[in-house]
Amino acid sequence: MDSFKPAGPQAQRIYDLSTPVFIIAGIIFVLVEAAVVYASLKFRDRGDAEDPKQIHGNNRLEVLWTIIPALILLGVAIPTVKAVADLTTRPENGLQVEVTGHQWWFEYTYPDQAITTANVLVIPAATPIDLVMTSADVVHSFWVPRLAGKRDVIPGQTTFLKLEADEPGEYWGQCAEFCGLSHAKMRIRVQVLTQIDFDAWALAQQQPAFEPTAGSTAAEGKDLFLGRGCVACHTIQGVSDIAATPAPDLTHLASRNVIAGASLDFTQADLHEWLADPPFVKPGSYMPNLGLTSEQIDTLIAYLEILK
Amino acid sequence: MTTPSTRQGFLRRRIPATGFWSWITTVDHKRIAKFYGYTGFTFFIVGGLEALLLRLQLARPENAFVTPAEYNTLFTMHGTTMIFLVVMPIAAAFMNYLLPLMLGARDVAFPRLNALGYWFFLGGGVVLYSSFILASTGAPIGGFLPESVSRLGSAANGGWFMYPPNSGPQFSPGSVIDFWLVGIGLAGVGSLVSSVNLLTTIFNLRAKGMTLLRMPVFVWMSMVVNFLLLFSIPIITVAIFMLIFDRQFGTQFFEASGGGDPVLYQHLFWLFGHPEVYILILPTMGIVSEVLPVFSRKPLFGYAAIVFAGIAIGFLGFGVWAHHMFSSGIGPIAQVAFGLSTMTIAVPTGIKVFNWIATMWGGKLRFTAPMLFAVGFVAMFTIGGLSGVTHSVVPADWQQTDTYYIVAHFHYVLFGGSMFGIFAGLYYWFPKLTGRMYHERLAKFHFWTMMIGFNLTFGPMHWLGLQGMVRRTYTYDADLGLAFWNLMSTIGSFLIAVSVLAFMANWIDSRRRGELAPMDPWDARTLEWSIPSPPPEYNFGELPTVKSLDDFWYRKYTEDDEGRPVRRPEADALLAELEATHAHPKHRPHLPAASVFPPLAGLSALLFAFGILYHSTGLGLALILVGGVALLASLVSWGQEPVEEEV
Repeated sequence: MDSFKPAGPQAQRIYDLSTPVFIIAGIIFVLVEAAVVYASLKFRDRGDAEDPKQIHGNNRLEVLWTIIPALILLGVAIPTVKAVADLTTRPENGLQVEVTGHQWWFEYTYPDQAITTANVLVIPAATPIDLVMTSADVVHSFWVPRLAGKRDVIPGQTTFLKLEADEPGEYWGQCAEFCGLSHAKMRIRVQVLTQIDFDAWALAQQQPAFEPTAGSTAAEGKDLFLGRGCVACHTIQGVSDIAATPAPDLTHLASRNVIAGASLDFTQADLHEWLADPPFVKPGSYMPNLGLTSEQIDTLIAYLEILK
Repeated sequence: MTTPSTRQGFLRRRIPATGFWSWITTVDHKRIAKFYGYTGFTFFIVGGLEALLLRLQLARPENAFVTPAEYNTLFTMHGTTMIFLVVMPIAAAFMNYLLPLMLGARDVAFPRLNALGYWFFLGGGVVLYSSFILASTGAPIGGFLPESVSRLGSAANGGWFMYPPNSGPQFSPGSVIDFWLVGIGLAGVGSLVSSVNLLTTIFNLRAKGMTLLRMPVFVWMSMVVNFLLLFSIPIITVAIFMLIFDRQFGTQFFEASGGGDPVLYQHLFWLFGHPEVYILILPTMGIVSEVLPVFSRKPLFGYAAIVFAGIAIGFLGFGVWAHHMFSSGIGPIAQVAFGLSTMTIAVPTGIKVFNWIATMWGGKLRFTAPMLFAVGFVAMFTIGGLSGVTHSVVPADWQQTDTYYIVAHFHYVLFGGSMFGIFAGLYYWFPKLTGRMYHERLAKFHFWTMMIGFNLTFGPMHWLGLQGMVRRTYTYDADLGLAFWNLMSTIGSFLIAVSVLAFMANWIDSRRRGELAPMDPWDARTLEWSIPSPPPEYNFGELPTVKSLDDFWYRKYTEDDEGRPVRRPEADALLAELEATHAHPKHRPHLPAASVFPPLAGLSALLFAFGILYHSTGLGLALILVGGVALLASLVSWGQEPVEEEV
């Protein structure tokens, strides 16, 4: 989560642009504060000095400290303008991913691959990604500090963000625009794979959901999933197909390593915590507490775990 | 004194001269200034307590000291309070108290309007805070609250910027947002009428000979601020009305599914919101420009440059609003334009800082409490200014915006700047206000604990923000490495609390037991020091005539060949004479009569405001009717009041 450790060309460009600005600001800071401290110590009234000369101003000095900051700012302005132009140009042959902000999770759709997933944005390394973003409810902001600056996700509008990761790995992010009760729990996880791994991932995502073997605990879990109303909001390809789902697509839930707006891990313990009382984990959550018993939750988890 | 009572217009007028009702009906600018000051400081304590609760929650990762709902309410109310109910009214207190005294006037131009401004502001504060008792949040449609929301969570929770759709009817169905909107709207009317009054005062009530370029810098900065208020308050009022209509009457100004535009609200809000930043900082820049010369025993370096830099900041302040929206839905051309306009603001701001340092340079500096706070202002504001320049580098701002880096930035401007300037002014004018001196050692303790506490609280936030800590989040993960500096920040905030307690103790005790203050304890330069401490009700027994900038100083001092000040031999006699003239004028000056109608109008507007909040009930309609009629009646009666009282 550290903007000082850029891991892609966009974040690197911002880092390279802001570092000299921080240095210049730092130098001015030291000079000004030194002048304040020096004047305070040097000209302190020690009781013996006579009254100072009454100086009303000095045009030459004042013009000087008007022009010098203006020139410094001009020096900062030119690379700024260039960086804005470069960073806001959409990539021509990158991978397009549609991002939809929801209270409080991000949905990712890959139009060319016909994949819909949530919470984890999976991308290939060294490929420019063209994020095409909108919101289903309130204003959110998509921010993965090590990959790019942030960009708001706004209902009724489409905003664009270009990002790219140099190396495979995992990057953290968070919604940055206050979006209601659980804004703090609206996290982002970016998984960067090699191109080969990404292609394999995409192929797997395009398959329908795994079916549990008859009579297994997982099969009981599937019955619970269908019987307790989970299907009203969640899609599982081949099991339930709702055109526009208000909740994350669970077809390949087990291929993701986080759940609940990327605020919990995909582990039995975290799944159990989440399913026991979603509005407690994520206050205001639209997923209700279904009043499941601990055994029912374990059964349900057995099903969810096969959805690789 | 007698209590004349006459029937005039619709309502009976009573004008008591002493006691409780004399305060309620007062139109004396000095009393109204005290209203603003004490009300603002009370809210400062409240907003500070809210901040301490926030810091306690963030002291540890994954803490559960307050609930998420409470946290969101607390940060919203902390910001709203500090901006609208603390810095604005305290600045209004300074302007009310000082403008007539510095201009050589007996009162402001429209004394009753002045009172009305205060009562509207107070009404706004009452509506905002009554929310904790009266309002409810309510879960968004389809959402589930974790538990019933406590009273601590029962005020506005959409952030002080109140962006729709999050603050709209679907996602904030309860009444807390309505209380916020109506409260801010009401307080805004107060600011607006007050700005008209103070601008007229500055332009029309200057002493004979006081040309514009002989006015003290504080007066100049007040002028700029009141122009900013005059032009920006209507914009936020429009945004508030549109949002109220969206919420209450089904309009869709900001509702995307109905063809509205949520970003339009952001433009309106920041078109007000950025001038608002200068509304908060410019008055204290004026205060510092008064304090530094007096305690350096030198005139202000580059008076004209400081004045014109202030005007430039005011003008440019209307052309930079979209830098609050660099990551929002605006295109690259707009981003570049607003980035560049933001950079230009650094130039006049730099001029001010350099001129202040040049004022100190070569002076004979007396480090009393006002001077310490003024120098602290210059040092801390510089940090806030520099971090501000880094936001103007648009791509850098894409990383910084909505993180704790921004929280650090604006606290260096509004606390290290505005609040430090306010404390400089409170100590500086304390002898004039009360006729007594404050305790210097305790004041120095206040300064140093506040300086250390402030930097410990907000300094680390720069780092936390760049490390990725997002604003307005009630919790953060333990494995992000943010815990240590958050804990330090919390410790710092309690150090600030200690310093504020020292200030309060000093104020309360010095008012009663401080050494008696002479008329001109600091050997100062401006007209308010040429009248007794505290000033008589009519300010000036004889209206002054002014021949130059810092006229009072030049009546006490001349300069020798080297340009060093030499006290005129007749200076002491002059001071004694001035004190006598103003304390015992030959003719008792005419003063505007007290009036019951401003507080009555304020109360009626308050009833009306509550009526709006409950408009769907019978009680609400009754309140609208009663409040509306009473408001109209008090304004008509106001219009029929005699200008001067027959005594």
